[in-house]
Amino acid sequence: MPTRTPILDDRALGRTLVRMATEIVERCRGTDALVLVGIQRRGVELADRLKRLIDQSEGSSVPTGKLDITLYRDDLQTVGPRPVVGETRLPDLDGRTVVIVDDVLYTGRTVRAALDECADFGRPRRILLCVLIDRGGRELPIQADIVGTRVSAGPGDRVDVLVSELDGRDAAELVRGG
Amino acid sequence: MTAPPTLGKDLIGLESLTAEQIRLILDTAEPFKEVSERPIKKVPALRGKTIVNLFFEASTRTRISFEFAEKRLSADTVNVASAGSSVSKGETLVDTARNLEAMRIDMVVIRHGSSGTAQFLGQRIRSNVINAGDGKHEHPTQGLLDMLTLRDRFKRLEGLRVAICGDILHSRVARSNIWGLTKLGAEVGVCGPATLLPRNVHELGVTILPRIEDAIQWADALNVLRLQLERMEAGFLPSLREYNRVFGVTTERLARAPKDLLILHPGPMNRGVEIDSDVADGPHSVILPQVTNGVAVRMAVLYLLAGGSPDWAHQPGGGD
Repeated sequence: MPTRTPILDDRALGRTLVRMATEIVERCRGTDALVLVGIQRRGVELADRLKRLIDQSEGSSVPTGKLDITLYRDDLQTVGPRPVVGETRLPDLDGRTVVIVDDVLYTGRTVRAALDECADFGRPRRILLCVLIDRGGRELPIQADIVGTRVSAGPGDRVDVLVSELDGRDAAELVRGG
Repeated sequence: MTAPPTLGKDLIGLESLTAEQIRLILDTAEPFKEVSERPIKKVPALRGKTIVNLFFEASTRTRISFEFAEKRLSADTVNVASAGSSVSKGETLVDTARNLEAMRIDMVVIRHGSSGTAQFLGQRIRSNVINAGDGKHEHPTQGLLDMLTLRDRFKRLEGLRVAICGDILHSRVARSNIWGLTKLGAEVGVCGPATLLPRNVHELGVTILPRIEDAIQWADALNVLRLQLERMEAGFLPSLREYNRVFGVTTERLARAPKDLLILHPGPMNRGVEIDSDVADGPHSVILPQVTNGVAVRMAVLYLLAGGSPDWAHQPGGGD
């Protein structure tokens, strides 16, 4: 039987996002030329939350985008039925500081695909990676710049990030032996 | 949770697909529309795949549309036209395809004047086969792009009334539209001269609309087919002028419609024969959006067919 261990409850997740929003603004020295890009699916919701937090504290209007990396996956030749392709909608990235937002950082393959896809949309001045949970287990030399929290999860474990927009509640949970 | 539908090895026609499979293609086409709007109109999804476009019949739009779709997915493509190839030296279709396969191709897009060619080929080669029009049988990607265009405008297909006008008898576009639209719950009507309606057309579950005025009263959208000029020579029609006078889609006729009708045409158009220029270029024409959607639909089909390992096992020397 898989066991579910909470990593963040709704209040902890809220506090973590506030801290991450502050870190983004600090790292980028303000909000000029800042763009937040969420990776489908949960990354899109998290990017929208971070945008609202940043806009509240900075009085800004940070552009956001959504990125679906399916067509850039490196395992498309081997996966069985075709994965569903989601929507990609990006603002102008040329010369911007792009913060890629995702829920969980694991092997790094999704981020590799996201970097390749962003490069086909323009030439950002700088790209940062921002994740809610870093669970370790990298298979590529990719690291996050801004991390909500770190957990140590094994290959058989799963990390679920739930957001109220899609899942009815906010939480991050470690699922062991799932 | 049920497994998501897959398409199998080949796309031969819409008759053999389920409603779920047709919906899968239409839904997959949605995100591919956006790829063609990007500054770099290319994604790496089919990198390393080799696709042969095998066209035994003249085609501009369909061939170019497939080629764009293939290139925007990063596949490598080769075009083979029957003229100037070994086909004109009497090589059989299967020999041509097997020789291509010996060069390690992955997919074949085939257009042929004989009904059943795509299925025949699909059963004999390992590569995925996509029917780009076979005789009077089907033209599935045209049917799909028509359905996508209708769904874009009406936000639904269920209950929609679509009248297909013109030469239904010889039209693979009509057949693919009838199969696809009825499976997704649309009502289909057919309108054309009695000589150009198939004898048992009512068995396909369509409404027969004897006059173009009937179609205009009945329908939400008209899919106006190209009148092939050789039909007149074969005695199906007295003259083009007569056809235009009786069956032409004109502004005057549309003005008497109870509502604005969406106008589709698979191209190439005979302006002033089956459709007047004012209608083709008018505010309710979606003839050019159809062309745009054609690339997205073909990208979706290529993407869906190229994936995974099909359960189809090649049996050498079997059946032919």
